[in-house]
Amino acid sequence: MRKRNILAKSIALSIAVIWALPFIGIVMTALRPSREVLYGWWYPPFHFSIKNFVNAWTHPTAALGMGLRNSLQVAIGATLLPTFVASLMAYGLGRLRFPGRGPLLMLIGLLLALPQQMIAWPLFRQMHALRLLNSLTGLVLAHSAWGLPWMVFFLRGYIETLPVELEEAARIDGAGRLKTFLYVIFPLMLPALASVMVLQFTWVWNDFFLALILIFDPNRMVLTQRIPLLRGQYHVDWGLLSAGALITMLVPLLVFIFLQRYFVRGLIGGAVK
Amino acid sequence: MRSSPRAEPKGTREGKSRKGLPLLFWRLPRRGRREEWLAALGFLFLGLVLIRFFVIWPSIRTLWFSLFDAKGFAGPSNFVALFRDREILDFSRFLRREPPWGALFHNLVWIFVHLPFTVGLGLILAVVFSKIKSWWVGIARGAIYLGIVTPLIVGGVIIRFLFDKHAGMVPQILGALGAPIPWSAGWVAYPETALLALVIGSIWLWTGFSMVLHSAGLSTIDRELYEAAQIDGASELAQFRYITLPLLRPVTLVVAAMTFLWELKIFDIVYVATMGGPGGASNVLALEMYFAAFRELDPYRASAIATLITLFSLPVGYWFARRRLRR
Repeated sequence: MRKRNILAKSIALSIAVIWALPFIGIVMTALRPSREVLYGWWYPPFHFSIKNFVNAWTHPTAALGMGLRNSLQVAIGATLLPTFVASLMAYGLGRLRFPGRGPLLMLIGLLLALPQQMIAWPLFRQMHALRLLNSLTGLVLAHSAWGLPWMVFFLRGYIETLPVELEEAARIDGAGRLKTFLYVIFPLMLPALASVMVLQFTWVWNDFFLALILIFDPNRMVLTQRIPLLRGQYHVDWGLLSAGALITMLVPLLVFIFLQRYFVRGLIGGAVK
Repeated sequence: MRSSPRAEPKGTREGKSRKGLPLLFWRLPRRGRREEWLAALGFLFLGLVLIRFFVIWPSIRTLWFSLFDAKGFAGPSNFVALFRDREILDFSRFLRREPPWGALFHNLVWIFVHLPFTVGLGLILAVVFSKIKSWWVGIARGAIYLGIVTPLIVGGVIIRFLFDKHAGMVPQILGALGAPIPWSAGWVAYPETALLALVIGSIWLWTGFSMVLHSAGLSTIDRELYEAAQIDGASELAQFRYITLPLLRPVTLVVAAMTFLWELKIFDIVYVATMGGPGGASNVLALEMYFAAFRELDPYRASAIATLITLFSLPVGYWFARRRLRR
C-alpha cells in the first residue's frame, strides 16, 4: 500500500516536472543573453539580461509594445460589449416565453460548435464592404458576435437557477421588465458575469485566426499576430521569440493567477452540472 | 425544457410550492402574450443583429459558396474534388509511407492520438492529484493547467522551441541517448516527425483542460461512496473502476466532445510551428482552408473545406446543445 503510494506520487511529480519544463525553458531563454542559449538553455554560465525583452518590445517590424496596446483595446472592447448584450439576451431567453424560443436556443447551441473557418471568407468580404478591415472596431465586432452564443448559453443557465420570487416582488412594486432586469437580475448575475468576462477576455486575447484575416496593417496588428513575425525567415532568434512569448502570455498569466476561480468556473459551466 | 413554463430551483422538498408558483406568477402581472413577445424581441434584438450579421450570414454564404465554382453552380463537385485532392486525402501514402498524408488524415491522426491521450491522462492526473496531499500538488496542477491559458500561438512557438535542432530539449536528449537522425535533429524540419511533434506538443497544451474538468467532476462525487466501498473491502482500483469512472462519465463525454472540436479546428499551433510543412507533412484542414481563401484566393475550394470541418463539428455540437438544454 505504502509502496504504491510513493510510486504514484513520484509518477505524478515527474509528469508535473515534464509539463513545467517547456515553460521554464522559455523563461530561461528569454532572461539570458542570446549567445548563451544557442545550444540549449540548460548550459552554464548563467547571466541575466533584459535585452531580449527590450528588443521584442521595440522590434522594428513587429513591436510588441504597440501590439499590447492594440490587444488590450480589442480584448476589453470585445469583453464589455458582448457581456452586456449577452446578459440581455440570456434574460430574454431564460425568463420570457415566446414562439420560436426552443428553435432559437437550439440554433445558438449549434453555433457553439461552429469553426471560425466557416465565417472567415464572407466575414472578410463583409468587413471590407463596411470599411472595417484593418480596424480594431471591426475586430471587436467580430469577436463580440463570435463570443455571444456561448455567453448566452452560460448566462441563461445561470438565470434559470435564480429564484423568480425576487422578480415577482419587483413587478408587483410596479417595475417594468427592463427595470426588473437592470436592478434585480443584473446584480444577481454578477458572479456569472465575472466568469463570462474572464473567459471571453482570455479567449479574445489569445485569438489569432480572426485577427489574422481582419487586420494586416502593421500598426494595428494585435499581439498574437506579431509573434510569427518575430521569427526570422532563416534564422530563429530564440531569445527574442521567448521574450515575445512571455510578453504575450503575461496578461493570460495574470488572469490565471488572480482570477483562476472565475476562469475555472466558466470552463466548467454546463459541463459538470 | 418544455415541461415546465418556468425554471425552478432544484430540489425535491419544495415540490408543492413549485407547482403553485408559476401559476401565481402568470396570473398576476400578465398583460397579454403580445406584450411578452415584444419584450423578448427587445431583449434579444441587439444580440440577434450581431449574430445575424457576423456569424449566421457569413456561414450561410460559405455554405452557398461551397456549391459554386468560378463558372457558376457546381453542385457537390467541390466536395468530390476535395476527396480526390492529395492535399486533403492521400490514400496512396497514408500509413504506408511517411507524411504528407493529406490534411484530413492529419486531423484524423490528431483525433486518434491526441483525444484518448489528453482525456485519459487528464482523468488519471485528476484522480491521482486528488489523493496526494503534499505541498507541491498545487504547483504541479498549476503547471499542467497553464496550457489552457497559454495563447495557442505561443504554444506553437514553445513546441517549435522544444523540438528545435540546437536549442530544443527533445532532440538533444534523444541525441545523447543515441537516437538516429530525424529524432535527434529538428523534428519540425523532417516529414517523418513534424506531425508527431505537433501532436505531442498539443497533448502538452491540452491535458490541463481535461484535468481541470475531471477534478471539478471528482469534487461532486459523494465521499461516503468510497467509505462504503472501503468497508466492503474494495481495492483502490475497484473503487476507480466501479465508482469514479461511471460517475465521471458525463464529464468525460463533455471533455471528449470539446477536445474533438478543438482538434478539428486546430490552426494556430501549426501556423506558427511548421506552416503545414515540410512539404505539407503537418498540414491540417483549417490551415489548408486559410491557404485556399487568402493565398490562392479560391473562395470556392476554401468554402468547401470550411463546410467539411463544419459537417464534422455539427453532430457533436447538436449532441452538446441537446444535452445542455435538457436540464
